[in-house]
Amino acid sequence: MRRLLRRSGAMFGLAVVTFFVLLALAAPWLAPHDPLATSWSAVRHAPSGAYLFGADELGRDVLSRIIWGTRASILAGVVSVSISLALGVPIGMLAGYVGRWVDALISRVTDAMLACPFLILAIALAAFLGPSLTNAMIAIGISATPVFIRLTRAQVLSAKSEDYVEAARALGNPHLRIALRHIFPNIVAPLIVQATLAIAAAVIAEASLSFLGLGQQPPAPSWGSMLNVARNYVDQAPWMAIWPGVSIFLLVLSFNLLGDGLRDALDPRHK
Amino acid sequence: MLKYLLRRLALVVPTLFFVSVLIFGLQQLLPGDPAIALAGEDRDPNVVAYLRAKFHLDEPLPVRYWYWLSGVLQGDLGDSVRIQKPVLELILEKLPVTIQLATMAMLIALAIGITAGVISAVKKGTAWDYAANLFALWGLSTPNFWLGILLILLFAVQLGWLPASGYVSPFEDLKANLAAMIMPAFVLGNAIAAVLMRHTRSAMLQVLSSDYVRTARAKGLDERVVVLKHALQNALIPIITLGALEFGTLLSGAVLTEQVFSIPGFGKLIVDAVFNRDYLVVQGVVLFTATVYITLNLLADLAYFLVNPRMRVS
Repeated sequence: MRRLLRRSGAMFGLAVVTFFVLLALAAPWLAPHDPLATSWSAVRHAPSGAYLFGADELGRDVLSRIIWGTRASILAGVVSVSISLALGVPIGMLAGYVGRWVDALISRVTDAMLACPFLILAIALAAFLGPSLTNAMIAIGISATPVFIRLTRAQVLSAKSEDYVEAARALGNPHLRIALRHIFPNIVAPLIVQATLAIAAAVIAEASLSFLGLGQQPPAPSWGSMLNVARNYVDQAPWMAIWPGVSIFLLVLSFNLLGDGLRDALDPRHK
Repeated sequence: MLKYLLRRLALVVPTLFFVSVLIFGLQQLLPGDPAIALAGEDRDPNVVAYLRAKFHLDEPLPVRYWYWLSGVLQGDLGDSVRIQKPVLELILEKLPVTIQLATMAMLIALAIGITAGVISAVKKGTAWDYAANLFALWGLSTPNFWLGILLILLFAVQLGWLPASGYVSPFEDLKANLAAMIMPAFVLGNAIAAVLMRHTRSAMLQVLSSDYVRTARAKGLDERVVVLKHALQNALIPIITLGALEFGTLLSGAVLTEQVFSIPGFGKLIVDAVFNRDYLVVQGVVLFTATVYITLNLLADLAYFLVNPRMRVS
């Protein structure tokens, strides 16, 4: 923890992530307008005192939509990565611990999933499941799972040959207990690092799916879908495109900085 | 060499098998009757009946998979419901546009990524190093569809130098083609440049601390010769092979970039197919992409094997 605190980049990342989480939680109190309320008198209104970030093509307040949109992005990041962890870690542990044909089978399935580019697989899954934020999160979560399977498997393989595991085995501990009580706590650190970086990728992926119309459905606000609409008005109302993009960039950058900082703090060899 | 090749190929076969199971499985995600879902918005009864017969939907799942796989192995990925053309034909039609975009993007990424990586490694710990690392973070954190919109705002709307969107074939008008492709290629190359920069930096740092570089310096060689000839040439091997693995990022990025710039390529094909519920095209594109990815991966591995004498010995 002390090593992490010394890293200014990681601290900046942590501060921005905390800011966005608070923004998402306090959205009903912080948003100056109803994010869904349209106003014909404010259509594509330039930024002003009444509309700090301007208004969109239906006269909705861009700032309020950005604040509410934080919920979709944070939720997508956390839920998708939780799905990947929930699937990837047990499967990876099984492959690494049991070995033999179980490992061979899981490894080939993982290779097959990794052969489909992440976003293309997520698009295909979201398309077949049907467009919605929940399905987008499931699609992103499943698409990101193979990375966690591989990482967990590799970590278990190296932990398995350590003396403390040999000792636990010599004492006659059952396999499940060895895996959960002795191996798992020792492979958590790289998983936390990977999860933090995966949240960054998941936030971009959710924004990408929403940009393509496969994530959060209108009129509910999401940064990606706001950008999708904004590109049609880029010459008349550039503010519609600038703020959602800045928000995605800041949140993704912060998770990346935090992930890099955690990696350096937890694994000093990685510099 | 032959043993390595055979071992590597033996791993590819089961991977391809699981890819096919995965992609066939996508169809099972469709809610309700797959024939109705696959028939698109119109749900023409003739099309529904045709699809039911073509995919043997009344048969058990393994039998259906077998029929589907036999078709795929003969190049039959099905027909697009909307455009009424074989999916493979559609993919091959759109592919050259995406290949041009991807090639230009990769060239831009290599130019920026390798230069920034070399500078960062040579000037480690200085302001140059920090600037290059900031650039990498920027590249990794910027959604490319947003960067595309910003560039359109600057170069098309404000300055009027480049067209905002559209595509012209290079055989019709090369200048117009390059003008239309330069912005999307830069957008697509940006994220890959960031990854390449990080690979180059770490490869160069490793090579720069090796004995033969120390010897080259001790001989009194000019630092530029040491860095560019002795160090970079050796560092390039892992960079190029790792670069080949960025193909997935390139294709994922192309989907969004082609959408922003209205380029009628491979990426736009899958997005349009998603909106038209042309599921066979979606399935075909994923299968095609995965197969190309596995092939490139194999070639990159073989290239690494060929150029790295240590691997050949081991």
